[in-house]
Amino acid sequence: MFELLGIPPQVLLGQLLLGLINGSFYAVLSLGLAVIFGLLNIINFAHGALYMAAAFVAWMLLEYLGIGYWPALILAPLIVGAFGVLLERTMLSRLYHLDHLYGLLLTFGLALIIQGLFRNYYGISGLPYQIPEALSGGRNLGFMFLPNYRAWVVVASVLVCFGTWFMIEKTRLGAYLRAATENPVLVGAFGINVPLMIMLTYGFGVALAGFAGVLAAPIYSVNPNMGADLIIVVFAVVVIGGMGSIMGAILTGYMLGLVEGLTRVFYPEGSAVVIFVIMAIVLLIKPEGLFGRTA
Amino acid sequence: MLNKLALGTALGALAASGALAQDITVKLGVLNDRSGIYADLSGEGSAVATRMAVEDFGAADKGMSVEVISADHQNKPDVGSNIARQWYDVDGVNAIVDVPTSSVALAVADITAEANGVLLDSGAGSTSLTREQCQPTTVHWTYDTAALANGTGGAVTNAGGKKWFFLTADYAFGHSLEENTMAVVKANGGEVVGNVRHPFPSQDFSSFLLQAQGSGADVIGLANAGGDTVNAIKQASEFGITQAGQSLAALLMFVTDVHSLGAETAQGLNLTEAFYWDQNDATREWSARFEEQMGAKPTMVHAGAYSATMAYLAAVEALGSAEDGRAIVAKMREMEIDDPLFGKVKVRADGRAIHDMYLFEVKTPAESEGEWDLYKQISSISGEDAFLPMLDECDFSKM
Repeated sequence: MFELLGIPPQVLLGQLLLGLINGSFYAVLSLGLAVIFGLLNIINFAHGALYMAAAFVAWMLLEYLGIGYWPALILAPLIVGAFGVLLERTMLSRLYHLDHLYGLLLTFGLALIIQGLFRNYYGISGLPYQIPEALSGGRNLGFMFLPNYRAWVVVASVLVCFGTWFMIEKTRLGAYLRAATENPVLVGAFGINVPLMIMLTYGFGVALAGFAGVLAAPIYSVNPNMGADLIIVVFAVVVIGGMGSIMGAILTGYMLGLVEGLTRVFYPEGSAVVIFVIMAIVLLIKPEGLFGRTA
Repeated sequence: MLNKLALGTALGALAASGALAQDITVKLGVLNDRSGIYADLSGEGSAVATRMAVEDFGAADKGMSVEVISADHQNKPDVGSNIARQWYDVDGVNAIVDVPTSSVALAVADITAEANGVLLDSGAGSTSLTREQCQPTTVHWTYDTAALANGTGGAVTNAGGKKWFFLTADYAFGHSLEENTMAVVKANGGEVVGNVRHPFPSQDFSSFLLQAQGSGADVIGLANAGGDTVNAIKQASEFGITQAGQSLAALLMFVTDVHSLGAETAQGLNLTEAFYWDQNDATREWSARFEEQMGAKPTMVHAGAYSATMAYLAAVEALGSAEDGRAIVAKMREMEIDDPLFGKVKVRADGRAIHDMYLFEVKTPAESEGEWDLYKQISSISGEDAFLPMLDECDFSKM
């Protein structure tokens, strides 16, 4: 058996797998951000707050209505996505002709308000949300114990990420969307309802955050800060991948999950900053991001 | 004439006994985290508890006029220091209550000493408050990291958990809790097989837990707090760590954290607290009144804010003034305190309040009869055993 820097290969394999699981969250969240930025040019700072809101919606559905995990996995993103549509219609749509900074400030303010409201009603300690019966337990892979739920997280995120990629890059609807961002006036002239498409795109991006929120509810503490802790990392992921690049966001999400996982083995104290170090390096060497299309 | 003479005599007698309370005004400032990670375990609840103390003390009937104000220090020493200065210098605050987050508490302790106010600390954990940075105006009421280490660390090691692995929050509090607990583990014949320092705060602990699992330890000591502890326990259960025979020791955990996890996930955990709402009739009665106002059961930090305020007001009443912080704390050290929530309490000459601590085990869902019915008491630890002995340079009775 070979050892790498004193770490046995089984341990390394286990840590890589865990990194992949964390990467799944990064991928789904950064994908939502990339879709919104790529198609709306809005830097959606409320993304983390909406991710958190969806985890709370899942909890509320269970607590108040007795609706379990599986329906919540569909319902909570829909509810949060609808809320996103409301935000887009009433507020964001007024900012499209202004500089990016205005959208960023507005969504940042919204994030603080949403977090503040949840904190006010539910406190800061968090709420319990159990892993669904069908996915509890786990299996021994020889090198580590893999909880079934974490395996499901990877599968679900891969499906959602590549489904989204396929829809935007390979379908007629996606072609309209991409065209609408290039030249909204011309696309509108072809009889396509551009404002409606943009509204639904924002709703969809937010629903992706909501999906990640429900995925996270059973394994992380459902508390009002869960999004704020994550969103900065996810922004770094988007920057590294290249703003607006769909595939870039997905691949970078998984990749940085792996890098972070390895850092946790070799130098755990550095695991919180490693992503930002990489971001700084990427910005120095390739400012448009690893997968960015334009400089 | 005779009446006036009688009144004069009566007043004189009152003055002599130090109970001339008619013109004592007291202003208490509750300074804590009202919006961040410690908002549930301290926050508005501590302000409510302090106001309850003022009411229960009967300040109004005793002619004392007591005002309670509160502010958010956001867990930042600079913010906390500014508020403390403003309170003492401009707003005429006599004592500051609660102050969780050790870094903020230590800053406020120094300012309090300069201003000759009183710091009634309930929320902070660092032993430095009554050791390296002790002050004659500090009273550290509820708990400290040494008491937690002695409670949980000692009990778990003696119960057979000899090999420990530490999961430690990478900042001052975590290091100090880790260090205290390691000492207790070794003193009780245990050994430390490894540790990992995780960034504060962290969401995902799976990686660190896997390292702990591979270490062959009997016990994984969680030297962290709040959301970090909750996430670590949640994920340890998910990764089958507890089912595989390793046990967890949460070195600092409040009843609000356990409530957040739920009995299903938290069952069987050992933890040390100074107070639990369901200990006796007095704690139940007080906690019910607290719950009416806050909608949740009190933590030991809330209870500490209440009891420390009660003791403080008694000392102020005895002295007849709230102006001289050093004199008030000296008076508190002399008093025999029999508190409804903490039992017999002695404020030691270094400002450390000595009282019993309790080792609890979290109930199983089958045992738990309500959402807050979470602990069963395993043992009590006497104050002398729980807290560190006094340092000579902190013996303010000699100064």
